[in-house]
Amino acid sequence: MSQYISTDSDWTFELLQEYDQEIARVAAHYGLDTYPNQIEVISAEQMMDAYSSVGMPIGYNHWSYGKQFLATQKGYQRGQMGLAYEIVINSNPCIAYLMEENTLPMQALVIAHACYGHNSFFKNNYLFRTWTDAGSIIDYLVFAKNYVRKCEERYGQDEVEQVLDACHALQNFGVDRYRRPKPISAAEERMRQEEREEIRQQQLNDLWRTLPVKKKDQAPKRRRQFPSEPQENLLYFIEKNAPLLEPWQRELVRIVRKISQYFYPQRQTQVMNEGWATFWHYTLLNHLYDEGKVNEGFMMEFLTSHTNVVYQPGFDSPYFSGINPYALGFNMFRDIKRICENPTDEDREWFPDIAGKDWLETLHFAMRDFKDESFIQQYLSPNLMREFHLFSIYDDDEKDHYRVTAIHNEQGYRKLRETLARQYDLSVREPNIQVTYVDVEGDRSITLKHTQQNSMPLSQDTYEVLKHLHTLWGFDVHLESWDGDKMLSRMSCPSVSVDL
Amino acid sequence: MSYIIDRRLNGKNKSMVNRQRFLRRYRSHIKEAVADAVNRRSITDMDRGEQISIPTKNTHEPRISHGSGGKQTRVYPGNKQFDTGDELEKPQQGGGGQGSGQASNQGEGEEDFSFYITKDEFLNYIFDDLALPNMVKKSLAQTKNFKTRRAGFVSEGTPNNLSVVKSMRNAHARRIGMGAGKRRKLKELQAQLADAEAAGNASLISELQESIADIERRLKLIPFLDDIDLRYRNQVKVPTPTSKAVMFCLMDVSGSMTQDVKDIAKRFYLLLYLFLEKNYEHIEIVFIRHHTSAKEVDEQEFFYSRETGGTIVSSALKLMHQIVTERYNQGDWNIYAAQASDGDNWDDDSPLCSKILTEELLPLVQYFSYIEITPNQHQALWEAYQTVRSSYKKQFAMAQIRGPEDIFPVFRELFAKEQYEEAV
Repeated sequence: MSQYISTDSDWTFELLQEYDQEIARVAAHYGLDTYPNQIEVISAEQMMDAYSSVGMPIGYNHWSYGKQFLATQKGYQRGQMGLAYEIVINSNPCIAYLMEENTLPMQALVIAHACYGHNSFFKNNYLFRTWTDAGSIIDYLVFAKNYVRKCEERYGQDEVEQVLDACHALQNFGVDRYRRPKPISAAEERMRQEEREEIRQQQLNDLWRTLPVKKKDQAPKRRRQFPSEPQENLLYFIEKNAPLLEPWQRELVRIVRKISQYFYPQRQTQVMNEGWATFWHYTLLNHLYDEGKVNEGFMMEFLTSHTNVVYQPGFDSPYFSGINPYALGFNMFRDIKRICENPTDEDREWFPDIAGKDWLETLHFAMRDFKDESFIQQYLSPNLMREFHLFSIYDDDEKDHYRVTAIHNEQGYRKLRETLARQYDLSVREPNIQVTYVDVEGDRSITLKHTQQNSMPLSQDTYEVLKHLHTLWGFDVHLESWDGDKMLSRMSCPSVSVDL
Repeated sequence: MSYIIDRRLNGKNKSMVNRQRFLRRYRSHIKEAVADAVNRRSITDMDRGEQISIPTKNTHEPRISHGSGGKQTRVYPGNKQFDTGDELEKPQQGGGGQGSGQASNQGEGEEDFSFYITKDEFLNYIFDDLALPNMVKKSLAQTKNFKTRRAGFVSEGTPNNLSVVKSMRNAHARRIGMGAGKRRKLKELQAQLADAEAAGNASLISELQESIADIERRLKLIPFLDDIDLRYRNQVKVPTPTSKAVMFCLMDVSGSMTQDVKDIAKRFYLLLYLFLEKNYEHIEIVFIRHHTSAKEVDEQEFFYSRETGGTIVSSALKLMHQIVTERYNQGDWNIYAAQASDGDNWDDDSPLCSKILTEELLPLVQYFSYIEITPNQHQALWEAYQTVRSSYKKQFAMAQIRGPEDIFPVFRELFAKEQYEEAV
């Protein structure tokens, strides 16, 4: 009589298959549109390997991944830290790793979470659709790994390491924020790389022309403005314009830049992505329970993990480490569903567009067309702010006191929501640094401009990063910090920094 | 449609290369930590890995981000009693900001980055830059030792290698083969004979009987064993690397040697043992202790029994020579000797020591090292040995150890790569 898929906690491949089919059926019922799944069962050691290569199945070799591996290994072996239950990769087919140590309910949770939650997010969210190319990423990584290895054979490990170290230091500034790169396949990439190299070798970069220019007597000599507009993608600028780099070094810069670009959407959709996946594992498994496919024991175990994942400690808890993206995201999606299904008067006032509408359609729309910043700005409801007991603190380093600027009440809702949204805005989270001037006709030095926001200074290791930039650029590097029209400081490498 | 793939059998050491890269990059830090550990640890427990700590500032990968400070508004969960406009005291500097995730992250960041290296890696770092003196001499390339090994059977050889079973089997086969036609004929004739007897044909019977006798005679002529049957076991000589070493530990146990001095000597011996262990498959140790007379003893007695009285070093050298000639035929064995003493010797004995060394022992051994464990002035033995050193730089080394912290540096000095290269 029992129609449970299983009652045991041990998993087998047949059972995984069966759960996957059931979950897929329910996911289709809710209209989740996914890439095909490739589910790989791996051991804990392999999970540590996956961890230390930022979750990518293939990566070029670099000591920093070794460092990460050692840290993970130590943490895990001493029991200080558990491993994630899964890792999922934005590729087509969508690769998800399951750990063999998981029990069957955990595997089902992970399949629902990663293979249907994250997967559908990757396929449908506008940032991923615009900025990444799931079909070619694995091929590109293979290309990158082989290329780095070939460079090491030809030019030596140390040389390659130096370039990669420098690129890693700048990788957050290797992203096009507004232009969409054209997706290309790996084969094409390889061909184009060879072509690029050839052309670069044949041609002389006109920027560095040293032939004397014909004199124009009357016009007073004006300094040539290069680049004509400030550039925010530092790695791209270096790849194209650094005077001394060899072709293969430029290619390495490009590889780091491309991979950085690939991760750019993930950095902007943490709350949404995790929230979406968590919402769906919760919904899908509950659906199976309602259908009588899984028993109470299964649900108890599933709910234990689920509640751990969406727990939000308060600011004064010893476990507090910022706002938990799983908690915030999950509750926001659930709240949207609630607003659609059972709107209160407050909801009708705040969300006239969605109150009482079809929840599934609204949810899919929210997932498709937003990133963390705009998602919070659009959908964070007063109800949820109350539930989380949110409040905002103003911290001025010149004052002795923090000031509470808004709490979860009528006057504070809008302000809280705006502040929280801004917290997830990458352009606010990261310093604004742009290439403004290259002294093309003089000492070839490059000048970067940091535009200070809210008088937040740059971090301590900025000078270290400038040193890396200097190895890539080959000539003097200057970094100026500006607040409006006022230059606050100027740092140069190699040489000393001057405080104005 | 989903595919479920079992990847558990795939390699799990995908990060090995990256780990090695990391170790390579922080080589100098790791070597420092290992050197510390060697001085700190009891040497009996060298056989395990070590935790290495590197200051985080060295492994840090710099990124440009916002530093602390400035004016910022942040949102936190879990409000209990705050109202808009409340002012909160900032915590004292260094205590980490209240509710400030950044501050606590930085606090963690100041700890060292630590990780484990394995036993093998640990030992490798200890022996880094070291090489066994004169080891190349006995290395694979120039091996002079052979081992005989079976290599099937051949038809020529010496009688002592005759394989009786194989030879008899060949003979049996040959006999069957050579006699087959005759026996068939014999059977036919015997059948005809039986017919003839039944028919009573007397002339045919005698004719047949004659033929049968002839065939039986010829069958008997087939040799039981022929030269071509013989098979010999084939033996080939295969060069074998010398992978055996014997380590002689010589120590003065006279009254002047305190337990502290013996402990220092012990650590030196153990270091040498570990070092040899890395390079040879099989190592034997001979412990010789001496006061006025020398005796071969076991390890426990060597290090921990006490004696009184004077010192005659040559007695130990003589005993060592005797043991080498009796038990360690020089072709097979790489012989290393380490002698420890506090420098005391009966004055007249020192010239004898240098004589035994130069004439008898040094031609036999790979390397002879002498350490003098004393904070005091050198005595006659040191001077006698110095003359030995001047003429046998390649095989003889000596150094003075004042305290435990000298052990490792001296050990390294005695087995330093440059010296080894010079020797070659």
